[in-house]
Amino acid sequence: MYVAAKGGEEAIAAAHEWLAEARRGDRSLPALTTAQIAEQLSLAVARVMSEGSLYDTELAALAVKQARGDLIEAIFLIRAYRTTLPRLGSSRPIDTGAMICERRVSATFKDIPGGQVLGPTFDYTHRLVDFALAAGDETAAARIAETAPLTRARVSEHLGREGLLRDEPRHDDTPPDLTRAPLELPAERPLRLQALARADEGFLLGLAYSTQRGYGRTHAFVGELRIGAVDVAVEIPELGFAIDFAEIVVTECETVNQFTGSRKEPAQFTRGYGLVMGRCERKSISMSLVDRALQWQELGEDNVGAPAQDAEFVLMHGDNIQATGFLEHIKLPHYVDFQAELELIRRLRRDADEIREAAE
Amino acid sequence: MSDYNFAYLDEPTKKMIRRAILKGLAVPGYQVPFASREMPMPYGWGTGGVQVTAACLTPEDTLKVIDQGADDTTNAVSIRSFFAKVAGVATTTRTREASLIQTRHRIPETPLRSDQILVYQVPIPEPLRFLEPRETETRRMHALEEYGLMHVKLYEDIARHGAIATSYAYPALVNGRHVFDPSPIPRFDNPKLESPAIQLFGAGREQRIYALPPFTRVQSLDFEDHPFEASKADGACALCGATQTYLDEIVADDQGTRRFQCSDTDYCMERRA
Repeated sequence: MYVAAKGGEEAIAAAHEWLAEARRGDRSLPALTTAQIAEQLSLAVARVMSEGSLYDTELAALAVKQARGDLIEAIFLIRAYRTTLPRLGSSRPIDTGAMICERRVSATFKDIPGGQVLGPTFDYTHRLVDFALAAGDETAAARIAETAPLTRARVSEHLGREGLLRDEPRHDDTPPDLTRAPLELPAERPLRLQALARADEGFLLGLAYSTQRGYGRTHAFVGELRIGAVDVAVEIPELGFAIDFAEIVVTECETVNQFTGSRKEPAQFTRGYGLVMGRCERKSISMSLVDRALQWQELGEDNVGAPAQDAEFVLMHGDNIQATGFLEHIKLPHYVDFQAELELIRRLRRDADEIREAAE
Repeated sequence: MSDYNFAYLDEPTKKMIRRAILKGLAVPGYQVPFASREMPMPYGWGTGGVQVTAACLTPEDTLKVIDQGADDTTNAVSIRSFFAKVAGVATTTRTREASLIQTRHRIPETPLRSDQILVYQVPIPEPLRFLEPRETETRRMHALEEYGLMHVKLYEDIARHGAIATSYAYPALVNGRHVFDPSPIPRFDNPKLESPAIQLFGAGREQRIYALPPFTRVQSLDFEDHPFEASKADGACALCGATQTYLDEIVADDQGTRRFQCSDTDYCMERRA
């Protein structure tokens, strides 16, 4: 008697064992340590922290290792861990103006107070494969200038003083949290920014690129891009003042966008904003372009029907854990629904045949 | 047992989910937004159903999990062992013995009782989604009971194919008010939606919960001259001989010989016992 092949407990256990073996790879080679991953694959770790929405380098490095380098899988591990943690409160807004910058560039001014700091960037490297690295050559320790860590005022503050840059309304409301309340639309900017900050880098990159090519063009310049460490402080009600409890590295990008005015607003520069945990330069620039495109309504601009202007489209499809889950679930068994389709298609064909025969 | 709270989720989260369930029961067929959590299995694998189950389970419960009607499909095995681990509840494959059944794509053939809860895993809770992709728009349509678009779709099916070309996730009107998506169960199962059991629907990724209280009126959408028909493959189970059950079609050899067997494995075993 034929028995349909249906998976079972043993098959799952065997698959897990095989997975662990495949993860380890050739056992004659030393196993990677999470410290090595955190130090030498630090940008992968940063992406996992930012899209996982959890700032923990060690845990993110472990997730990268456990996921065999599949970053979306690693992000998923972090998200599933994060969701079990209690939310104790919210911090005070971080002050990126007080950031200890390791990198800080402006594309809008040749010189800015405090100067341009390239930092450890790929920007001007020639993309030539470095075979010496493969041979295990260690590059000599760099001569990094010993200077006192500098904090620098943000470029936008200089423009703002002249009144040329649209002032963003400030308020002290606790921002909404889409990890604790369902995302409901229409979404205000704080919620949109939260969703963008944890959205997939590739998705945002594609959307931002589409605005540059004319699908909702926003004329963006990088007013400032800065990477560095900031303090995180939390207000302790019993003490009556705030204490710093962490120092985190963030990447912040502010774009300055030309804006010729609308019925609601005078001609001025407007801004797009990107803030991402860790060193995630491409993502923060992408985020600021998408953020700017989504502001069409507040600024009284026309909706030209571009994907990046469509808040519902952007917010509902940017999360890579949701996207990959639903995409990949189609490999799960669907034979009940498929059977229903089979039966329907056969019946429709039979009916059509009968009609044709009757006509002949 | 494990280091996690009973049934994995923390108590405040379960409370939040229970509130959504109660609201869903109070307004049958209405999709209640809830703050769905990331679960340790991927979206699309039943995270909505798992959260609803976690919020409903008590230590005295006996849990059954089926996928495509079967207890031994990989994902059913995986979800059952998850709850055996994090809740320590008894599990069963017998429909009669279960107090809570989590299902994907089927309603058991054995009639359910009033002391049972059936939890569905739902991929897309919105029956109007493929007619109107915008959530802001579909919520408005439900609020205004504006279901003309759905009737036009069904009419166009009949005009084009002579029959309604929806074979699973067949839309129905709940309690004379909300059109709802019964999840991708075959339309063969739609008549079973009117049941003495509590039926709860969880969509994790889409952050929605909805419910059918016991004996709620559920009318599969149709027209007077094209009444709803709960269809299934024409055949009998090769194992138990049943002709009135939903059947899986199996390709038995390289010559393409086809045979059928019951999709509900527990029901089939019981008939053969």
